[in-house]
Amino acid sequence: MVPSRARRIEEVRTISFEFEGLAVQAQEGDSVAAALTAAGIVDLRDSPVSGAPRGIYCMMGACFDCLVEIDGQPNRQACMCEVREGLVVRRQQGRAELEL
Amino acid sequence: MSARSVDLLVIGAGPAGIAAATEAAGLGLSVSVMDEQSRPGGQIYRGIETASPKRLAVLGKDYAAGRSLTESFRSSAAEYLPDTLVWNIGSDRSVDFSRGGRAQQMNPSAILVATGALERPMPIPGWTLPGVTTAGALQILLKSSGIVRDNCVLAGAGPLLWLVATQMIAAGARPAAIVENLPRGRIVAGLRHLPGALRAREYLFKGLAMIARVKAAGVPVYANATGLAIEGSTQAEAITFSSGGRQHRIETDAIALHQGVVPNQQITRLVGAEHRWDAAQACFHPVLDARFRTSADSIYVAGDGAAINGARPAALQGRLAALLIAEDQGRRVGTERIRRLQAGIARDKSVRPMLETIYAPAPEILAPADSTLICRCEEVTAGEIRSVVDLGAPGPNQIKSMLRAGMGPCQGRVCGLAVAQIIADRKGETPEETGYYRIRPPIKPITLAELAAYAPDEDAPRAASGDAAA
Ligand code: FES
Repeated sequence: MVPSRARRIEEVRTISFEFEGLAVQAQEGDSVAAALTAAGIVDLRDSPVSGAPRGIYCMMGACFDCLVEIDGQPNRQACMCEVREGLVVRRQQGRAELEL
Repeated sequence: MSARSVDLLVIGAGPAGIAAATEAAGLGLSVSVMDEQSRPGGQIYRGIETASPKRLAVLGKDYAAGRSLTESFRSSAAEYLPDTLVWNIGSDRSVDFSRGGRAQQMNPSAILVATGALERPMPIPGWTLPGVTTAGALQILLKSSGIVRDNCVLAGAGPLLWLVATQMIAAGARPAAIVENLPRGRIVAGLRHLPGALRAREYLFKGLAMIARVKAAGVPVYANATGLAIEGSTQAEAITFSSGGRQHRIETDAIALHQGVVPNQQITRLVGAEHRWDAAQACFHPVLDARFRTSADSIYVAGDGAAINGARPAALQGRLAALLIAEDQGRRVGTERIRRLQAGIARDKSVRPMLETIYAPAPEILAPADSTLICRCEEVTAGEIRSVVDLGAPGPNQIKSMLRAGMGPCQGRVCGLAVAQIIADRKGETPEETGYYRIRPPIKPITLAELAAYAPDEDAPRAASGDAAA
């Protein structure tokens, strides 16, 4: 298989954040999900029932498949959160309690 | 904090919403626009304000046309509230929303729902694996961040599939293949509507040009594909299907699915507006009168959230709805303007019967195999839904309480139509008879911290918002 490298068609100012302890380069204006995609990271969490890995699906806030933990807060939609310098992002495992 | 009143609250800053807000503000109405994104444009013009010249060139003229819409919106008197989540609307039209980590309330005289479309669920084996996205997601990556994925397989059917393919080619990331699951005979069936469609022939020429461009770029196109399935253990590894009398397997870790778009019903369902099943488009529509009014008092819908027509008619509808809302609120509005907008919308709509006939969802997508996951959030299969129907569950809300389908954070946004269709087929009724999930507040999860800061006006009547705080 030819892996489907994700890449950028242009360069703008970069910022960096952390995913699972790894430094990830992002560009200003990226959502966390876009930055992770560009970095080749597709596995963002375990599904709550079977524990199967999940990644982005809709990129528009509808499917909630991109849930991650951002700066200690679980259940954040990676596609709806803009990247900021120094964010600490972790995979979400299982059913983090939804507060509502 | 006291809840503010406005003449018109527009929910959604896509073409319908911002055109409506611009128009209404121009007529002297006080207007607020709430949208979940940080910048206006909706999904169709996502990233339009920040796109570089290179990105604009790659995405094409129709996309670039969105700039004039956002510019006039920005210079209008309408108040723009980005990064704002509407999570409840009471029966008195009081709107609960979250902004900057704080829940707040607004009391508009009228609400225009302009929340657009969602992609139709395309449940096939393996569609939940990482590496599988919607075609729209691929396009959003390109629009908002200039990101492309090489060697992607585009699977499904619909104009968007071809558009994304041409945009990827323009960006230098030629797709590995297009796997089109259009059933045989659809083009011929669609040609019956050609005479009407010729009224808006530029759409047809654009469509044919896109298909020609994809083929000229040497992208393999597998026609009339059936039995689509995605293989992989921890991420997508291959897509399998049959086409041209042969079984195919294409290795890829990037697959984008598309099976058309459908109105986003979350808000129109939340306010209890009447909906009708549209058999031709295989989706529900909110029932509207000729003035864009739903059955809920002073709640209007314009754009693809009413019925799928595309970006240009959505903006025209937004303008027209704004004029009619102003009229409903006692302002005088030029009738010639109304007539011209109505004519423009009718012309653009003339291409729809042909597109709807050709691109109606494939039967195998509407009737997934028993083992296929339907509800992605709670991992419920088609077979589980069918067996609960056999046990006597009458509709989606019982399926929800028995299987948790639709109970996850997406609240049925992704699976709702598929669940209704599977139940209807099993019971031998129409989805109209089956019905849809009851949508309850909050329509998206909000945090306790947001609620803690919630201080609605004590005097304001609060019908349904009690549910959310319970
Ligand atoms: S990818 Fe669907 S909500 Fe983020």
